[in-house]
Amino acid sequence: MSMRTSLFIALGVSALAGSAALAQTVVRDIERPDMPGRVVFEQQCAPCHGTGLGDDGSPTLPGTAALDAKYGGDRPGALELRSDLPAPVLRVIVRRGSGAMSGFRKGELTDEQIDQIAEYIAATAAANSGG
Amino acid sequence: MTTPPGMTDADFADGLGAMRSAVGADWVFDQPADLNTYRDFYSVLWGEPEEKRASAAVAPANVEEVQQVVRIANERQIPIYPISTGRNLGYGGSAPVLSGSVVLDLKRMNRILEVNESNCSCLVEPGVSYFDMYRHLQETGSKLWIDCPDPGWGSLVGNALDSGGGYTAAGYRGHWEAVCGIESVMADGEVLRTGMGALPGSETWQQYRMGLGPCLDGLFRQSSLGVVTKMGFYMFPQPEAYLTGSIDVFRYEDLEELVDLLNELEYGNLFNGMPGIGSPVLSQDNPIAMTMIPPADEMNRMVQETGLAAWRASFTFYGPEKVIRAQWEHVKERHAHFQGVKFNEGDFITLPLSAEDMERIAKPRFGVPSLEIFFVGSRGFGNFNPSDGHIWFSAVIPRSGKGIIEANRVMRRECERLGLDLFMFAPAVTCWTRSFVLFAAVPVYKDPAKNQHLRESVREIIDICAQHGWGEYRCPPAFMDDVMDAYSFGDHKLRRVNEQIKDALDPNGILSAGRYGVWPKHLRDGRGA
Repeated sequence: MSMRTSLFIALGVSALAGSAALAQTVVRDIERPDMPGRVVFEQQCAPCHGTGLGDDGSPTLPGTAALDAKYGGDRPGALELRSDLPAPVLRVIVRRGSGAMSGFRKGELTDEQIDQIAEYIAATAAANSGG
Repeated sequence: MTTPPGMTDADFADGLGAMRSAVGADWVFDQPADLNTYRDFYSVLWGEPEEKRASAAVAPANVEEVQQVVRIANERQIPIYPISTGRNLGYGGSAPVLSGSVVLDLKRMNRILEVNESNCSCLVEPGVSYFDMYRHLQETGSKLWIDCPDPGWGSLVGNALDSGGGYTAAGYRGHWEAVCGIESVMADGEVLRTGMGALPGSETWQQYRMGLGPCLDGLFRQSSLGVVTKMGFYMFPQPEAYLTGSIDVFRYEDLEELVDLLNELEYGNLFNGMPGIGSPVLSQDNPIAMTMIPPADEMNRMVQETGLAAWRASFTFYGPEKVIRAQWEHVKERHAHFQGVKFNEGDFITLPLSAEDMERIAKPRFGVPSLEIFFVGSRGFGNFNPSDGHIWFSAVIPRSGKGIIEANRVMRRECERLGLDLFMFAPAVTCWTRSFVLFAAVPVYKDPAKNQHLRESVREIIDICAQHGWGEYRCPPAFMDDVMDAYSFGDHKLRRVNEQIKDALDPNGILSAGRYGVWPKHLRDGRGA
């Protein structure tokens, strides 16, 4: 069922109502190295943890928004900018789940694919570190 | 090692060994770290002894492997519980209903077998997600749309089997209504095809749903009678354009006629998109949670003081521009007599979507999958306290103004009395044609005390709704027995007939024990306890 998007219409209210309270820094364009983990990330992670705007133009990628709020600026909410998620750490989070994100089964994501995501995130963070 | 109820460790180990031979050792899971991923992450029983947990999981790659696993289970009376993508969060996720069951994980069966452009249909395996299908359609330049629910990681097959809903045109957004043709492995390991799929050589499996004789598709909806391995769907040919409009009326008393008119226009095919009924004046504080509908005088006073509409009917049109603009004009004309009526034309979008449109639209309205819904559970509005998940309470209520008012007031009053938090409340959701389904999202925490209170409260709400004639269309596993109990006409004849069918088709009771309140004979007295 829908919340911010379709049910706004079902409820008969403006789809943008309340967005102002949710404002956050939106990271739109970053450099993305072409490596195996990129496709896995785009398909499995980016719908929640990507960069850019959410469905209705407001910054509502849920995983990115939740991590932004959690870290309060100490770390980036967007995973592709995180340099502290090596494969062993990522495996634990992906398998166990965190917050509202349930763990992922091996039938959905193999260990090898998680490792590829970790390599991709590390490369992306390095490429966009600005240093 | 956890074993299914009533089995010895040795017999279970023998069964798992046979399953390893069938699907490969890498795809049989019985270690705690792996089984942890088969928990219902939004379970209202999380961490309690009663939490529904798998004893093992098996992930076959094709229908032949499914047949082998089912036969192995049937020979040894091992309970198995098929899942598709296992992302049915809020309704059970990848966990079984009967603790100790072996989860039959069909995620690896992710082939899109056919997309037929001229027939506007597809045939898919259960592991195909909405994201998978959307990607395929984009890559092939298809002119067809899928209809997706909010979370795009779900399975077309699993969501339809659970009667999930989406947001595009009538005939597609009720996902069970769009099914045409099912293949299922039955408890004896044989394969059944429904409809025209039963006729060898037929090219009409995804055209004529009924086939011959009793239409058996219904055996597999919310059921425990087979392992669905293929499913066909009707698909929506991409329309030329999309238009929304809404109509504001300003008196409490207008609701009944507003709904009657909405019904007449929709059932007369004057619009084909998803309609809505809301209340701007009662959604001032939280746009996704209508407050309690006050008495007429009070509501009319609120309307006068705020200038906000009492009720808003919203309409969606898909089709050629000149057709849908004419339809919108007709809809406006039909509402012109309401006192003080205001017409609000919303988005007009030509299709296919441009990159700019993609950033501003509600994706599910265009068959584009996303995961944005999880924004609400993880963050939400105002001072929202993030939860660990949520469950849905979703009761079918009468499609009338009176139905909305009564259901709103009863739910709001009883939830407040019980101290049951709601972070979304919509009394008239129209994903399913000719229905209003009241939706309430209830936050779930990984806290046994909070969850115990939640369970007791939801059970009371189920009873209260049943007393008003409102039954849930779908529910989390913890409440399946309670909800089925509410469908009690004829001394629970519905459940008893379901049990007779269960006994006939699955005499050893191996498939999905307890799903939607139907238990195999040997577990019936204790209801799996």
